[in-house]
Amino acid sequence: MPAILEVKELVKKYGDFTAVKGVSFDIQEGEIFSLLGPNGAGKTTTISMLSTLYIPTGGDAAIGGHSVTKEPMAVRNIIGVVPQDLALYEDLTARENLVFWGQMYGLSGKTLNSRVDEVLEQIGLADRAKERVKAYSGGMKRRVNIGVGLLHKPRLLFMDEPTVGIDPQSRRAILDSVKDLNKQGMTVLYTTHYMEEAAELSDRVGIIDHGELIALGTQAELTRQVGENETLLLHIGEDEDAEALAKSLKGIPGVLQATATDHEVSVIAREAEEILAPVVTKANERGIKINSIDIREPNLEAVFLHLTGRALRD
Amino acid sequence: MRKLLLIGLKDLKLVFRDKAALIFMLLAPFLLTLGLGFVTGQFGSSGGGIANIPVVLVDQDGGQLGTALVELFQSEDLSDLVTATVLDDPDAARQQVNDDLVAAAVIIPDGFTESIIPAEGQMEPGETVQLVIYGNPTRPTSVGVVKTILEEFVARLEVGRVGGTVAITQLLTSGLVPPEQAQAIAVEMGQHQAESLAESNAITLTTNVASEAATDFNPLAYIAPGMALMFLMYTVSNGGRTLLVERNQGTLPRLLVSPTNSAQVLGGKIFGIYLTGVVQMLILIIASTLFFQLQWGDPLAVLALVLAAVFGACGWGMLITSLAKRPSQIAAIGSAIMLTFGILGGSFFSLSFAPGWIKWVSRITPNAWGLDGFNILALGGGLNLILEPIAGLLVMGVVLFAVSLVLFNRRGMALK
Ligand SMILES: Nc1ncnc2c1ncn2[C@@H]1O[C@H](COP(=O)(O)OP(=O)(O)O)[C@@H](O)[C@H]1O
Ligand SMILES: [Mg+2]
Repeated sequence: MPAILEVKELVKKYGDFTAVKGVSFDIQEGEIFSLLGPNGAGKTTTISMLSTLYIPTGGDAAIGGHSVTKEPMAVRNIIGVVPQDLALYEDLTARENLVFWGQMYGLSGKTLNSRVDEVLEQIGLADRAKERVKAYSGGMKRRVNIGVGLLHKPRLLFMDEPTVGIDPQSRRAILDSVKDLNKQGMTVLYTTHYMEEAAELSDRVGIIDHGELIALGTQAELTRQVGENETLLLHIGEDEDAEALAKSLKGIPGVLQATATDHEVSVIAREAEEILAPVVTKANERGIKINSIDIREPNLEAVFLHLTGRALRD
Repeated sequence: MRKLLLIGLKDLKLVFRDKAALIFMLLAPFLLTLGLGFVTGQFGSSGGGIANIPVVLVDQDGGQLGTALVELFQSEDLSDLVTATVLDDPDAARQQVNDDLVAAAVIIPDGFTESIIPAEGQMEPGETVQLVIYGNPTRPTSVGVVKTILEEFVARLEVGRVGGTVAITQLLTSGLVPPEQAQAIAVEMGQHQAESLAESNAITLTTNVASEAATDFNPLAYIAPGMALMFLMYTVSNGGRTLLVERNQGTLPRLLVSPTNSAQVLGGKIFGIYLTGVVQMLILIIASTLFFQLQWGDPLAVLALVLAAVFGACGWGMLITSLAKRPSQIAAIGSAIMLTFGILGGSFFSLSFAPGWIKWVSRITPNAWGLDGFNILALGGGLNLILEPIAGLLVMGVVLFAVSLVLFNRRGMALK
């Protein structure tokens, strides 16, 4: 399968600060590729360079064989962009927004109208298309925001954290529509800081942190990096000292890593069940109350933890 | 080119959905024209059958505004239209209406002034105390005229009050004035307002022009274009503001990642501002023709002048936009320029008697050139007589556009 997107050593500096530090990856035609990383990792900056909005400080990328720096117009016809923050005219109706943006993508006449109808159907707003966007709920606005990116049937769709800040139902609908679009042949570059979304959607995942791509591969490939290890997740009381508990757990034989986040301590071990008893004993000794315990198979969260020593969401 | 036009049309549609913008673009100039027309007695003398309407006034307020209102009714300017007498007792006033001695009784209740001009030590003025009009049912037309005068008076108070509040807020936010002084300034502004209402000849700008024209010159032919040109400056700066708003709300970046180049985007935005300005001017011209029977002159020449005036004003809009970083800055600079140009360009006071250097400086404003042109046309002049104002406006536009583009470019189009 040919690569529709080839990114080579992409760098972006904002003044002295380097937000993206030489990122390289490819996306194959037909894939869903996720860029997974915490806030401030450089996801939006990367997408902005790939969508020809920002000029890279270094490196380049080719989309459908066209350089984003040298042939931006050719690139813009191939890509669709769903920006992280809503980018709509709130005083126009959903339909008027779609018509306007369709025109900006060169659609007109019957084609434009039928595409607008199709997209309204797709985002489930056909019956409320004549209301001003201003009057919509957050989830509905997000759906219009996505719809705008679909009008010209792009070969490659960039979606920058499209589910941030919306209700679970709308989120479900969006994830399902991403899968649908992909089934119809659209290649998708999806960014998120939700491990579950990357896990559910992607064929391959790139993990990005502090502007660097620290891991790249299928989920199976990535989780193998953590080995066959399992994660024991301890939920403790609000007032308890997670840091101190994590430190003391590191001493237990069989524990490979113990990390504290808010009211949780993640303990990585080859066999979670083997360390379960000593972990509980240790907590009791320190007088720390454990509310519940989960055992997790290796997942992307564990990969991130393993690579950075930090949790994905802080 | 198609996309450029579509972007401009989209902006026109958006501005007509923005209530605040419509108030400034259309309602404010219309009402001010109406108000200034009243003060100059325009409606009185041309009213035909309606003259010397007997009105009785009761001033229970005794404050600055009550006095100003009484003075307004007794002023020279309204002397043909109304004959006002003053009584102390509201009941006696009502009785005169009941006895069909007068067309209406106007009662200015106690506390009217204070409800509008805040008293010392009180930040916000209280609930507005309403003026009371007691109308004679057998003389509906006359009552209507009195009512309109009152509404006009109140409308101008409101404009002054809103303007004052905005100005104070700006002074406060810019740090020029410490909050504890705001109150004192507000009071001063209010008093100023009352004074300027009392000496209504501060706004009778038209007599000079009329004497120059010797013949039957309609003062509204001076006032209406003056107001239209002043609020045209609002439209162009508000249009420039939408460019920065679009950058903040993400629609500008979204346009730039669509297959639309930055020249089309900027061109479309400018076209939208231009189009909005032209539509605004045409609506105001048509409205004043319909409602005030105003003769603007040769329609083609008027159109040519409108096209040129909006072009010159757009140049200023772009310059403001290219200098500002945030939408709020444009709003602030825009309203300051609107007022400065309004005064400097002759929208309020005729420049006939101004010193030469003011006339010279006023040439930087589209108002001065535009007013010259509209006056010539209203007096029956044709296109050949307004070539100079048109040329002045076009040169202004070209120079300002060139400067703004240089500034835009220097700041990376201000887009990325
Ligand atoms: N326009 C900008 N100017 C300066 N710094 C920026 C700008 N945009 C983003 N950054 C910084 O660059 C880093 C990456 O930001 P971003 O790409 O938005 O991350 P993400 O989308 O992964 O949350 C952050 O530290 C952010 O503060
Ligand atoms: Mg982001």
